Amino acid sequence: MKKTLQTLIVLTLIFTGFSFTTTYEGYDIGDIATDFKLENIDGNMVSMADYPDAKGFIITFTCNTCPYAVAYEDRINDLNKKYANKGYPVIAIMPNNPETKPGDKMEAMKARAKAKGFTFPYLMDKGQKIYPQYGATKTPHIYVLEKTQKGPIVKYIGAIDDNYQDAKAVKQHYVENAVDALLNGEPIAEPKTRAIGCSIKL
Amino acid sequence: MRFIYFCLLLTCFACKNEPKAQNSQNEPEPTVAVDSLKVYNFEEFESLLHKKDDQVYVINFWATWCAPCIKELPSFEKLNKVYATSNVEVILVSLDFPNQYDSKLKPYISSKGLKSKVVALNDPDSNSWIPKVNPDWSGAIPATLIYNKNERKFYEQSFEYPELEKALIQFLN
Repeated sequence: MKKTLQTLIVLTLIFTGFSFTTTYEGYDIGDIATDFKLENIDGNMVSMADYPDAKGFIITFTCNTCPYAVAYEDRINDLNKKYANKGYPVIAIMPNNPETKPGDKMEAMKARAKAKGFTFPYLMDKGQKIYPQYGATKTPHIYVLEKTQKGPIVKYIGAIDDNYQDAKAVKQHYVENAVDALLNGEPIAEPKTRAIGCSIKL
Repeated sequence: MRFIYFCLLLTCFACKNEPKAQNSQNEPEPTVAVDSLKVYNFEEFESLLHKKDDQVYVINFWATWCAPCIKELPSFEKLNKVYATSNVEVILVSLDFPNQYDSKLKPYISSKGLKSKVVALNDPDSNSWIPKVNPDWSGAIPATLIYNKNERKFYEQSFEYPELEKALIQFLN
């Protein structure tokens, strides 16, 4: 009896441990990313599957209310302008709970996209189901995916570049370097980077 | 613009000429000090993460625009007050944008009457320094490092006071 109890306790501990790690881990380089079907600011639902001609995607978790995300809005727009017609469109996903952050409600997303002239879809992660699977923790948080037979493979995770304050002072264009490398069939020199951002609001 | 630089320069000199306070013997010198706010780049800031004295340091990364940071700030203030005589030092590291030091950060510090030490960290190349704070930090704030000369723990999360106190107490025993 004692032994059974011990086994039970050990098993419980193991399972709790597992459930914790699966909850928080998210994707690493080489993982296959899940597709999604999320509402865009124009009312349509958008999936990666809607882009049969894309070679991959620049999935950008961003929002209206984080100053870091705002500092990068123009640069996200530029990424889409530069890479959409080369096969790597930007798809932006707003991961915050709009009840916690009213500035990130769908109406506010529409207004922001219009004011900034977003040329890419800006989707609401309704129910916050997608960002935890990716493992996004903050805005902005970028995942560059490459389409393969098996599905979209995660090739880059991290920041857009190395200077949120001043686009002109950027020395390392991490996302551009990653997509350029994919387009040229070369390995990505820096597949993971980190930057300060606003934690995603539950 | 030049005038502003001149003022900054003056402020710098003014600071350096001041007689040093007793507890600031081991303080790194920031490049820029605006009024009473010390602004560090990471290189200057890093020594605050590796002090070898007998104190416990509670280093909280925050910004005035970060709602969960503002929400938990009173817990850090309370911790600072309750454990003031227990060799605990709370340091609030602001990641506010430099163009908001005067318009947002300093007014916030004075209007809330923050008693904990506040410094500003301004180093835009965060990919280079985030792993030096902690290898597991994704870069999201709020985030908190608690350390003494023997051990350190990093928390990428928000705190309520009871959890924060519990986290600190591990370092006091």
